[in-house]
Amino acid sequence: MRRTIAKASLHTALNLAVFALIGTAILAFTFAQTHERIAQSEEAEKLKLISQIVPQTLFDNDIIKDTLDIKTDALLGNEDTTTAYRARLGGEPSVIVLEAIAPDGYSGKIGLLIAIKSTGELAGVRVLTHKETPGLGDYIEIARSPWIKGFDGKSQGQDADWKVKKDGGQFDYMAGATITPRAVVKAVHKALQYFAAHHDALFAQKTTSATQELKP
Amino acid sequence: MNYQELKDILYNGVWKQNTGVVQLLGMCPILAVSSSVVNGVSLGLATSVVMALSGAAIAPIRTVVPNEARIPVFILIIAVLVTVIQYLMNAYMYSLYVVLGIFIPLIVTNCIVLARIEAFAAKNPPMQSAVDGFAMGLGLTAVLAVLGGVREIFGHGTLLSGIDMALGESAKSLVITVVPDYHGFLLAILPPGAFITLGMLIATKNWLNLRAEARARTDARQTPQEITV
Repeated sequence: MRRTIAKASLHTALNLAVFALIGTAILAFTFAQTHERIAQSEEAEKLKLISQIVPQTLFDNDIIKDTLDIKTDALLGNEDTTTAYRARLGGEPSVIVLEAIAPDGYSGKIGLLIAIKSTGELAGVRVLTHKETPGLGDYIEIARSPWIKGFDGKSQGQDADWKVKKDGGQFDYMAGATITPRAVVKAVHKALQYFAAHHDALFAQKTTSATQELKP
Repeated sequence: MNYQELKDILYNGVWKQNTGVVQLLGMCPILAVSSSVVNGVSLGLATSVVMALSGAAIAPIRTVVPNEARIPVFILIIAVLVTVIQYLMNAYMYSLYVVLGIFIPLIVTNCIVLARIEAFAAKNPPMQSAVDGFAMGLGLTAVLAVLGGVREIFGHGTLLSGIDMALGESAKSLVITVVPDYHGFLLAILPPGAFITLGMLIATKNWLNLRAEARARTDARQTPQEITV
């Protein structure tokens, strides 16, 4: 009797293990086949968003090639080195595009692309990635709502203003989804603080050749 | 699979055992996503595809999996399938992924998928299981469309807003403004609005069922010899 129970358990466990192995193999294979293309589409999407938030009249250089590696920083929330893109007009720095992560969205991290003019004024903000609730928290996407344009032209100013209206600040929100805009507002504010602290280093003329080679 | 069987499975999935208003499964995505027609239909169609594929994938191995291990194995297969679909869409259909991608994690958590696997695919051949999954998905899509429509009209005063994201910029003219200058009705947009509307849909379905039953009964009593169908 005991032997049959042991046998049955073993059979079940082995069966589960085999299916887990097959599943893992399929996932690994699909990931290997697709991750390059996914990275490409995400890169293309990023460039499209950059062209939306950096005004055409403010640069005459090749933004995509004028890059700078940004190391991990608590104010930006980035976990890896990210790339900043720099716009210049007649050699003078005009706009920098930074990537930042809002760690405290309703369902995890929200990836942001933040364009700041050299004067410290926001040129624009766009959401790169997020997992917020469809139909509720996804109004931070430009395709779904103009909400994110509320950042245009804002600068660091008073700390108290950098909140949603519900908390006494200046930014709109939609009832039922306050956590999402709170996270975004906080992340943009922190990115402005980062910009203020590193202004000169961010616009330094030297470009890192390593990142240049990676860019198309 | 013969014609009658196909008809039965479809009727069962879309109407008699409708996931949205009869089985009441998967309430979480229903409440979250049915705030507009386009969102609702998008999630509904994506779920239909996943259900059809998971039915087809699980039915062939139903005899291999020991009874005790079936739930974890089924969940594993559904999760693998959904993740593979997400990767493929992200890589090869990026514009569609931008619209539907956000719904995909919701599908894995949807108990409709596992429920149909348990109730149907674990006992039936692959072809039937695939059709059953798809029919169930279509029934859900229909409920989500009606629910989304009602909530969108009451909540925003529009219909089909956001369709340009699914069909491209040119589809923008399809958006119907039902009530111009509408200031919005928050209750309809928030989850309570979904509950109330869903309750009304269930009531309507039950009323239609009762009426059909009552008619069948009176017909049977008065003119039994004339019934041919």
